[in-house]
Amino acid sequence: MAISDPVIVVIEDDPQMRRFLRTSLGTMEFQVYEADSGQQGLVEAGVRKPDLIVLDLGLPDMDGVEVVRALREWTMLPIIILSARSAEQHKVDALDAGADDYLTKPFGIGELMARIRVALRHSANNSEHAIDQVFTTGELKVDLARRLVHVGEHEVHLTPIEYRLLSTLVKHAGKVLTHRQLLTEVWGPAYVENAHYLRIYMSQLRQKLETDPTRMKYLLTESGVGYRLKA
Amino acid sequence: MSSERPDPDLLLAKVEREQAKARRGRLKIFFGASAGVGKTYSMLLAARERRATGIDVAVGLVETHGRKETAQLLEGLELLPTRTIDYRGTWLREFDLDGALKRRPSLILVDEIAHTNAPGSRHPKRWQDVNELLNAGIDVYTTLNVQHLESLNDDVGQFSGIRVWETVPDTVFEQADEVELVDLPPDELLVRFNEGKVYLPEKAERAIKNFFRKGNLIALRELALRQTADRVDAQMQDYREDHAIRDIWQVGERILVCIGPDGLAEQLVRAGKRLASGLRGEWIVAYVETPRLQRLPAEKRDSILAILRLAEQLGAKTVTLSAPEIGEALINLARERNITKIVMGKPTRRGWKRWLLGSVVDTIIGEAHNINVQMMGSSRAHPAETELVVSGRAPPPGLKAAPEQKHKRRTRGYLLAVVVIALCSVVAEGLHGKFELANLVMVYLLGVVFVATHFGRGPSILASILSAVAFEVLFVTPYLQFTVSDSQYLVTLGAMLAVAMVISNLMANVRSQAKVAAHRERRAAVLYAMSKELSAARSETEILRTAVQHIHAEFGSRNVILFPDPTGRIQYPTDTILSESVQGSDLSVAQWVFDHNEMAGRGTNTLPGSELVYFPLAAGNNVIGVLALLPVNLRRIFLPEQKKLLETFISLIVQAIDRIRLAEQAKRSSVQMEAERLRNSLLSSISHDLRTPLATIVGSASTLVERNHVLRTKDRLELSRAIHDEALRMSNLVGNILDMARLDSGMAQLNRQWVPLDEIIGSVLTRLHKRLEGRSVVVKLPPGSPLVHVDPVMIEQLLVNLLENAARYTPEGSPIEITAEFGPFSVSISVADRGPGIPKGQENLLFEKFYRLQGERAQSGVGLGLTICRAIVEAHGGHIYAKNRASGGALFSFVLPFNQAPPSVDLEEESKP
Repeated sequence: MAISDPVIVVIEDDPQMRRFLRTSLGTMEFQVYEADSGQQGLVEAGVRKPDLIVLDLGLPDMDGVEVVRALREWTMLPIIILSARSAEQHKVDALDAGADDYLTKPFGIGELMARIRVALRHSANNSEHAIDQVFTTGELKVDLARRLVHVGEHEVHLTPIEYRLLSTLVKHAGKVLTHRQLLTEVWGPAYVENAHYLRIYMSQLRQKLETDPTRMKYLLTESGVGYRLKA
Repeated sequence: MSSERPDPDLLLAKVEREQAKARRGRLKIFFGASAGVGKTYSMLLAARERRATGIDVAVGLVETHGRKETAQLLEGLELLPTRTIDYRGTWLREFDLDGALKRRPSLILVDEIAHTNAPGSRHPKRWQDVNELLNAGIDVYTTLNVQHLESLNDDVGQFSGIRVWETVPDTVFEQADEVELVDLPPDELLVRFNEGKVYLPEKAERAIKNFFRKGNLIALRELALRQTADRVDAQMQDYREDHAIRDIWQVGERILVCIGPDGLAEQLVRAGKRLASGLRGEWIVAYVETPRLQRLPAEKRDSILAILRLAEQLGAKTVTLSAPEIGEALINLARERNITKIVMGKPTRRGWKRWLLGSVVDTIIGEAHNINVQMMGSSRAHPAETELVVSGRAPPPGLKAAPEQKHKRRTRGYLLAVVVIALCSVVAEGLHGKFELANLVMVYLLGVVFVATHFGRGPSILASILSAVAFEVLFVTPYLQFTVSDSQYLVTLGAMLAVAMVISNLMANVRSQAKVAAHRERRAAVLYAMSKELSAARSETEILRTAVQHIHAEFGSRNVILFPDPTGRIQYPTDTILSESVQGSDLSVAQWVFDHNEMAGRGTNTLPGSELVYFPLAAGNNVIGVLALLPVNLRRIFLPEQKKLLETFISLIVQAIDRIRLAEQAKRSSVQMEAERLRNSLLSSISHDLRTPLATIVGSASTLVERNHVLRTKDRLELSRAIHDEALRMSNLVGNILDMARLDSGMAQLNRQWVPLDEIIGSVLTRLHKRLEGRSVVVKLPPGSPLVHVDPVMIEQLLVNLLENAARYTPEGSPIEITAEFGPFSVSISVADRGPGIPKGQENLLFEKFYRLQGERAQSGVGLGLTICRAIVEAHGGHIYAKNRASGGALFSFVLPFNQAPPSVDLEEESKP
């Protein structure tokens, strides 16, 4: 474990879960600090200067969403939330409050690592203001500077809204975006209740970008939460 | 601290109060021959003694009538406040029943039980107040003079010449727990009277002075003593019975009192009462209504009704029979009820009439072999005078007959009689000369017969006279002159009159019998119709609607049925109001009726001032509610046959409601049993399905922990995989159980949104990517991918379950098809496979909780997947079914309706970015 290893604060009340995270993340060259309550977690986050926070939504002393809000008052560091299944609204609230991504329990270490990597990369990009001008995933290529979209060799024509939607997803590639976040970003804050707009355009976008719209490769649905562009 | 400690005295008092509630109070009557014997005085003395032993005594109402000795005894006793009622300008002091019930002493003194309450009181009579006190568990001391006893009222009236209007039913006296005779020899009483120590109401002073004659006082004393002796005798008998001293086998006497419309009826009833109490037997008062009697004026019928009610008050059962022949009907009744004695009036027909036409008495004596018959003659010079005097009990308000509407019809009958005879004259005129005069008479006879059959007696008499006159004037020479000299035509007149009388009487009888028959038939039809509808009713609301409508149709009364809430307080109904419903019923009256299982309200003895009549909705002692009626005409409810019909209605309604309630109870308990069964199968299922993966996990993990040093890397990996797989399986299982619990408890709220169907299916296929590897999954969606209005998360779960199911039960690599078809406001989605299909007859069982195809134990899952599917579809208001495909394999299909049109979307013009 080197000094320059990324620092992660795990806020989780269950000792077994903490043990699993500590052990697994420790083997991946992370420095892990633990907190078993929301209050302690906020203190740790201030003291340890972490690169990322893993936050369980079900804490004994505070609502996880409150913890996210409290953190977002002073830092933009990436937050990954852990939540139980069947609590979609809770997840969405936490994401809307500023959390970067989420994982549903139970999850494998592979999924967690993927989320952590995406989150760390985005926070690095944000700090350096250097977004790649050309984004590529699989066959899909989006040239943000020239506003060109290709699938394989074929150029795809998009409407302005479709393009705005795609470029928003590209900017946050690999990260989940809630319906509300996408609607605000693409249509403006007045449209946050019109989720069907988003769904219709997403469907159109899939028709144009995916080879089989019912077997998505790029534009993934996070059911009940939002969408994610495969990074 | 001391304030928290209960006061032992208070506790004791509370316990006593609760015990008192549980039992009925004891009634002690201080009984005397007349005013002035010292009943009130004795009562107060006894009360003071009771108080000295620590009993909570209160004085509800005691009249001292200014007597010092009595007033002195009152000192130190708690006097309850009385009620004052303004009655036509005078203030009447009345016993305050509600106050007494609220105060709830152990023993209360209420003087003069025979007193009639001022109008506007709850009960018309004080003995009813006392009854309520007793029911509340309060002991009561009261006083009574012998002449106020209902059954003796008549006798006392006869020898003293004074009738008292305030009477008490004998049952009150008989049911008293104790009777103490307060006796004073007549001479001493007279001395007291002359000293002015006897209170007399001022108005009737002279009459009462007449009353205080020695002869009267002796007779009264004898009556009082005898009455008390009878009671003592009865007590003795009870004692013997209780102690099984049965040396004499007594056959219960049953007495039948037959009354007619004459003035003897009341005397017969009182005599029957005396006989019945003397013999300690049951007694029945019967009135047979023959067609002739049905034609009596309404006032007479009302007076009979009043006498029947008097008989009921005296403790008799009453029967009203409709029959053509009195004697026969009575004999049948007597046989049916095992009557041992018949009491009836002396025959009214005498001499040759009786010999010729017979009499009821003769019929009964001739037929009733084992029955003693007692006859009573009228003791009065003018029996007719007593006809309507039913011991001051005028028929209740509204019971009087409605004004007769027959007048008009009768006039019409007379006019038509004239017209008919005029027509006959025209016809006879036409025939005149061609036929004998005797034949012309036949024409008139025909006319008379016609009138007699159609318009009854009066018009037919008029017709026969007119015929005779017309015949005489028109056809008997000299023409157009009226001479009765031709005496032979007087015979014609006489014959015609006789024919008219006979036919009109016959017709009248036939008509009224037809009327009675029609009446009965209608009643039977009404009952049949109602019972049919009631038995077809599926819910209580339906029963109530049927009941209210039928009661309205039959009794012309708007009505309502009230039920108690779970705490026993009567409530207003919450159902929709029908046009036949009556509103504004008095809940306090209804509550009283419900608590006491007795009727109340207008036309009854309890709260007659209310606008409605209240009947307990009861079968036996089981009161389930109250029926309140707004009577248009009290006769339609209180005539014996009508009342009986209403009682039949009520028992039908109660039965129907009981039936529904029992059915509901049965349903509830079967639901409970089903829940129990489910819980058991859930427990066994969960314990099996969770323990199996757990066993693997625990076993593998323990190997990893304990045998770590000897394990090869390959083995370690193998064990870790086992743990991983089994943990995932458990996670799925727990997820399913939780989903089911959430759907079952209704906690899962539907979050409907407009979603393109391909998004949901896409998401499902992505999620099941691994599970479906190597299979061809064909998705057939209509082009354009319309939006569906569903909860996307739930539908995704539903499709995941269906696809997992298909993957689980079909061979590796076999294809699966997903098809969607859109209706205008619904979508129908099918998942079809090419597996072995569903065993016949199990298509619907599949969706039951914990159902698994037999022999599938090795498959993972608890059998909740399809149940969750059904719950999700039903939450959307749709339905799901399974069937086998004709070409092989199973097909699961569900339809989801949406009750909204898709939202409008302003799509931008297609343009190049």
